[in-house]
Amino acid sequence: MLPGSTGAIAPPGETIAPSAGASPADALLAVRDIGKTFQTPAGSTTAIEAMSFTVSAGEFVSIIGPSGCGKSTVFNIIGGLVADYRGEVRVAGEKVSGTHPAIGMVFQEESTFPWRSVVENVAFPLEVSGMAKAARLERAAYFVEMVGLRGFERHYPSQLSGGMRQRVALARTLASSPRLLLMDEPFAALDEQTRLLLGDKVLQIQQTLKQTTLLITHNLTEAVQLSDRVLVMTYRPGRLKRVVDIDLPHPRDSEVVSSDAFGHYVAQIWQDLREEASRGIRDDESRVLQAGRR
Amino acid sequence: MSAWRRSRNAARVFGVLTLVVILGAIEVLIRLGVVNRFIVPLPTQIIESLPRIIAEENVVQRFWQTTQEVLWASLLIALVGVSLGALLYRVRTLRLACESWVGALAAAPIVLAYPLFLVMFGRSATTIVAIGFIAGLAPVILKTLEGLTATRRVLIDVGRSFRLSPSQQFLKVLLPSALPSIFVGLRLGLIFSMINIVGVEFLINFGGLGQLINELAERYDLPGTYGAICFVILTSIAFFVVAEHLETWLSPAT
Repeated sequence: MLPGSTGAIAPPGETIAPSAGASPADALLAVRDIGKTFQTPAGSTTAIEAMSFTVSAGEFVSIIGPSGCGKSTVFNIIGGLVADYRGEVRVAGEKVSGTHPAIGMVFQEESTFPWRSVVENVAFPLEVSGMAKAARLERAAYFVEMVGLRGFERHYPSQLSGGMRQRVALARTLASSPRLLLMDEPFAALDEQTRLLLGDKVLQIQQTLKQTTLLITHNLTEAVQLSDRVLVMTYRPGRLKRVVDIDLPHPRDSEVVSSDAFGHYVAQIWQDLREEASRGIRDDESRVLQAGRR
Repeated sequence: MSAWRRSRNAARVFGVLTLVVILGAIEVLIRLGVVNRFIVPLPTQIIESLPRIIAEENVVQRFWQTTQEVLWASLLIALVGVSLGALLYRVRTLRLACESWVGALAAAPIVLAYPLFLVMFGRSATTIVAIGFIAGLAPVILKTLEGLTATRRVLIDVGRSFRLSPSQQFLKVLLPSALPSIFVGLRLGLIFSMINIVGVEFLINFGGLGQLINELAERYDLPGTYGAICFVILTSIAFFVVAEHLETWLSPAT
């Protein structure tokens, strides 16, 4: 086991938290015993169960898990997009009910407004908050530059690549000055090289702004490259399986992926993920077989 | 000059040349006796008739009257059509109850109901505008509903994440997202409306270009009749150009 790894594994039906992070009272984000069950025509499906963790101010935490483990459900619950769930989410001690101004969300899908230029997209949250036009455009230009898109202010999303559009979405969320940046696989649709370089950009921004960040991902490299802590989820129903502290030097960039320690962390997390991913594949196969028999 | 602008200008020149070639071909066919000149006048005769109908038939004033009727009908179609489309989007039960009926309205020959409108509004411009309005309403309602329904979930979630009020969500996310579809509806509505407006002018012998076409046809002035039809086409082109500019202004990325 590597130094820094808690190595804690949840027994079936139990959770690791609240040891997964700072004490809830000190944390910027405190998630306690959240759970969500979906009703479908085929019956009820528990997506996540009794999941608890915290994120401290300035920390970069990733949640990683196999496909179908309920990562996006966690994202939607914390972001306030899902109303009826079990448990409790608190931001800076305040219970979250619906969307919260302290939480900024970056979505997995392409989410820029196609009818707005880059700078108008980034200025969007400032516009709806009533900021004067000159002030909001100036502030938006600052964040456009921060994500490396200076010179593209007047371009429209249709004129940009996928990676550039995701940077616009990131800048737009940062412009709203969230205390917690919540990202759901924002680079999932990008190629590996672009993903690594955008990871560098995210790290730079996080270090500049001391931005507290919670990243949902299924990408091992991304999770280890970016995070101070990685929370590994089980397959459905999603629970915390292990918490891994990433003790790699800061400031980091994509070159960290070639270090031995990085490889060890990836291998260690993969051991846990492999078991869960296999369960997921078996589950999918049996569902397909059952559907075929009907 | 950019390559894109050059290509656009070339396309426009090609379009005009095509029209000239077609008119030339018709001229030749009529002169050769392949097409009966008592049914289709020579294109050169139609062109020659234009100064005459402008001077003698008050065509500019009639053109303006038809344009005004189309303008009023278009404004009503846009205002009521988009509002009703938004209402059907918001109220699911209403949508389930009415969508098929609105679809049926789009296919209905509204113009045949002109006696009913005559009874209600008399032989007046109001009757013509009312029929034009009803005829063009359905496509706008349906395309507004389609555009709003097709708004990507993630864009709505972005709005929610920034805590937009319902009116902000509608004006800043749903409406701009649906705008291309709404303009398709408006163009269709405009076509239906114009056809019906000129048709009713013709039928009730009241008002602008439709009445002129009726009168010229009654006099068997075929070049003049076709000349007046050219002015109807001009009205249509003017409205389409305005609609195109309006769309570009409202949604510059499209």
